Amino acid sequence: MDKPRVKVPKKVKAGEPFEVKALISHKMESGQRTDEATGQKIPRMIINTFTAKLDGEVVFSARFYPAVSANPYLAFWVVADKSGELEFTWVDDSGDSATAKKTIEVS
Amino acid sequence: MRTALFAVSAVVAVLRLPAAVAADAAEDWGPYALEDGRRSGYTYAASETRAMQDDEFENSGYIWVEKGAELWDEADGSVGQACSDCHGDAPESMRGVGARYPVFAPEREKLINLEQRINQCRTERMGAEPWTWESEPLLAMTTYVRHQSQGMPVSPVIDGPAAPFFETGKAFYEKRRGQLDLACVHCHEMNAGNMLRAQRLSQGMSNGFPTYRLKWQTIGSLHRRIRGCNEDVRAETYAPGSDEYVNLELYLAWRARGLPVETPAVRN
Repeated sequence: MDKPRVKVPKKVKAGEPFEVKALISHKMESGQRTDEATGQKIPRMIINTFTAKLDGEVVFSARFYPAVSANPYLAFWVVADKSGELEFTWVDDSGDSATAKKTIEVS
Repeated sequence: MRTALFAVSAVVAVLRLPAAVAADAAEDWGPYALEDGRRSGYTYAASETRAMQDDEFENSGYIWVEKGAELWDEADGSVGQACSDCHGDAPESMRGVGARYPVFAPEREKLINLEQRINQCRTERMGAEPWTWESEPLLAMTTYVRHQSQGMPVSPVIDGPAAPFFETGKAFYEKRRGQLDLACVHCHEMNAGNMLRAQRLSQGMSNGFPTYRLKWQTIGSLHRRIRGCNEDVRAETYAPGSDEYVNLELYLAWRARGLPVETPAVRN
């Protein structure tokens, strides 16, 4: 999978929600299209799970379905009480995964 | 009570629509609209689409800008050199390049566009295989190079040796074609702003290409877009990179002269 793009503020205030943006390049093949040349169904190949963890604890997760468009973009809010590392993981139908890490400083 | 509430909300609903339309018409489009009435496709896009383009993060076109930046430094071919070995830093050396293409290439005695120039560099200087049209690396490099001119006015040269090619491109634009017997002018000049089924017709300005198109779910070249237009009027299409389309590209660049390069734009 391609390298994801993640945007989080470097410094956040304890207990105050901050926005996280996450974008990854993926074709998100729905499994419902037919290859015109062969007449065969193009097999489904989508990212099915996204997880965001703060120091190992899940703070946000999502399951994706075939209607999600290519290059899925997510924006969500997280609250942190102490500094730590945010880890983001995308997993697709082939079992392939992509990971991004961001350190946040909480004051 | 329930009836009264319903009546109030119905009045609000009726009043809201004209107000929204009026606000849209009075919009100040800044550099996206010129005094002579020419407007970027940006001004015809939905507000959500414009917001997506404006946010460098949310704009999926930047995926290709980043891929292009990586390829720029990657050595390829028998000579073992990368773009950066000759051209240095793209933000400096490529600034303004995308705003003036396509240009007349004396060695070919015809016009050459950005994609073709990139492949010329690859085959003649790097000893590498040319990238196929609409392939990921060619889209990424074209987007990356043109992005360096973002915000600069489109400024093609149409006189001198380019003049006959410009005229050919203009003739293509004005010629009726296909089973629907339509020329580009019929949609993009005479009916710009009107609805074509569920889509608002723009003036067909080329200043945002390569463009991330939501319908395609990927970034695409101007030639891919032109092919789509030709197919829509049930006309013969030409190959991407064909002389017909490169000449048309110069005419389109002239139509968009003065509008800012938006690459990567986002459109529906």
